[in-house]
Amino acid sequence: MPPLSRWYIKLALVYFVAALAVGALQVLQAPLRLPAVLAVTGPTYVHMLVVGWITQMIFGVAYWMFPKYAPPPPAPAAPRGSNALAVATLILLNLGLLVRVVVEPVRAWRPEALPGWPLIVAALAQWLAAVGFAINTWPRVKEK
Amino acid sequence: MPRVSAWFVRASLGHLVFGFSVGALLLADRGVPFAPGLWALRGAHLEVLLVGWLVQLVMGVAIWIFPRFALRRAPHRSAITAWLAFGLLNGGVVLAALGGLLAVAGRLAEIAAAASFVAHLWGRVSPAGLSEI
Repeated sequence: MPPLSRWYIKLALVYFVAALAVGALQVLQAPLRLPAVLAVTGPTYVHMLVVGWITQMIFGVAYWMFPKYAPPPPAPAAPRGSNALAVATLILLNLGLLVRVVVEPVRAWRPEALPGWPLIVAALAQWLAAVGFAINTWPRVKEK
Repeated sequence: MPRVSAWFVRASLGHLVFGFSVGALLLADRGVPFAPGLWALRGAHLEVLLVGWLVQLVMGVAIWIFPRFALRRAPHRSAITAWLAFGLLNGGVVLAALGGLLAVAGRLAEIAAAASFVAHLWGRVSPAGLSEI
């Protein structure tokens, strides 16, 4: 397994556990009188699970196991597409999601507590990650 | 990978980019509101990413990697059910994302796609190889 896939998959596993923890804290907030911000973590929970866990796991496994791409010479051999783009995709996906996970619930709880512009950064980063993954994976989807 | 799997995967990548594009606009609007009307697209965002991206990718990869011994018994029927699932699923996602009454037709198409996919894959769920799992 390439090192980059290990990063994707280990981060996905971390998000898996963290997402379920957030989901549990959300339902325990009222009965245990936990901090009120936990009551508004619904979108955070869903996106940690669907983007951080499932989508990130797919990105990592696809980078590892999809058919290797052999570009025609004289292009340099890059059997899994651009490594730089795949690294950027990993960073952008996790940066964007992390910013969202922190900022979105805080702003939903107390809008004046944090500015809104970091959510634009989070949106742009995650969008670029999706586009980067699609660009890097597309040439590897080969019919046989 | 088989041609139908390649189409499933390519379509799922298209849905991924479209779904993330809509999601990015919604998240940006949550940070700095600029177009409240965008939230009418929330249903499309969910439909495209859940069914168009995730479910479709799973279907495409399953058709690619599951044991193929059963395909030899009825290759023509297997191809028809796989392609039918592809067409119905993508038509269904588009209709469901449009909302309203079209969403009902979309969901029915998605059910038919699932049935066609099951018809294709059922016989391929077989104990091939040496795995004991």
